Amino acid sequence: MIDYIKQPWPWYFSGSMIVVIMLLLLFFGKSFGFSSNLRTICSITGAGKKVKFFDFKWRDQVWNLLFLLGSILGGFIATNYLSDDKPLQLSAATIADLNQMNIKFDGKLNPDSLFSLEAMKDVKTLAVLLIGGLLVGFGSRYAGGCTSGHAISGLSNLQLPSLIAVIAFFIGGLIMTFLIMPFIF
Amino acid sequence: MKFIKYILAGTLFGIIMTKSEAVSWYRIQEMFRFQSFHMFGIIGTAVVLGIIAIALIKKFKAKDLDGNPIIFHNKDKAYRKYLFGGTIFGLGWALTGACPGPMFVNLGSGYAGMAVVILGALLGTYLYGVIRDKLPH
Repeated sequence: MIDYIKQPWPWYFSGSMIVVIMLLLLFFGKSFGFSSNLRTICSITGAGKKVKFFDFKWRDQVWNLLFLLGSILGGFIATNYLSDDKPLQLSAATIADLNQMNIKFDGKLNPDSLFSLEAMKDVKTLAVLLIGGLLVGFGSRYAGGCTSGHAISGLSNLQLPSLIAVIAFFIGGLIMTFLIMPFIF
Repeated sequence: MKFIKYILAGTLFGIIMTKSEAVSWYRIQEMFRFQSFHMFGIIGTAVVLGIIAIALIKKFKAKDLDGNPIIFHNKDKAYRKYLFGGTIFGLGWALTGACPGPMFVNLGSGYAGMAVVILGALLGTYLYGVIRDKLPH
């Protein structure tokens, strides 16, 4: 059983389980949207005193912060106790494309060359991660939600605005992947 | 139980996102290059089942744990904020391989660099709050 769990999970099971998460939160009387936490954290650190957007009753969002805390714990448990050490089955075409940008596929979830503590000594890598994060944070609040809020919750509720947002996620993703990343790496 | 259930749901979310490899920078690159069905399969399955589940909740007027009706809020009718905001989000998603959830899940998996991504995301959120009145929505 545990050996079975330790394999990567197939897409249809994973997709179904994400719906289970959305339903759990609905039955708790909440809605699934992760990026709201970023606004809440800004608010807790006192941003509401200067900027009106962060002046709201963040205590109503404590449940979502707990969900965030759980997600960190989940990553820890899955990686340390529920994973075998077999390399990720990335497609050969992607491995070849990344090689062209001098990013070597190391078989892990994320490249150590970008995300390990060691990699943080490189100023360019730090800048790439900081700017990338900034775009995600700015964009998700501007669009009123991220992958969970729009692609999962919004599309499931047949929201046209969410469809526009998801299409835009892909427009941005394709521009970055094909037009910008070759010049960064 | 009032609070623990959210931590447990989050933990389950983190495990699912890791085991499905949806938190993988490599998988996101593979998705944007259309070189595997994996990520499309995950999102597609979630959306199809999600549509069915929400339709059933509405049809049978399901209640939540406290006995209140489950309400769905419609998104604002607009298009510019979704188009512009979404595109900016996509730029960052492809570069860091992480949307907001996976940033934190990956931090738990021990990727120190994700702390920098999270810091950037908080700065980006703050920046939006500062200039939002000047942006087209």
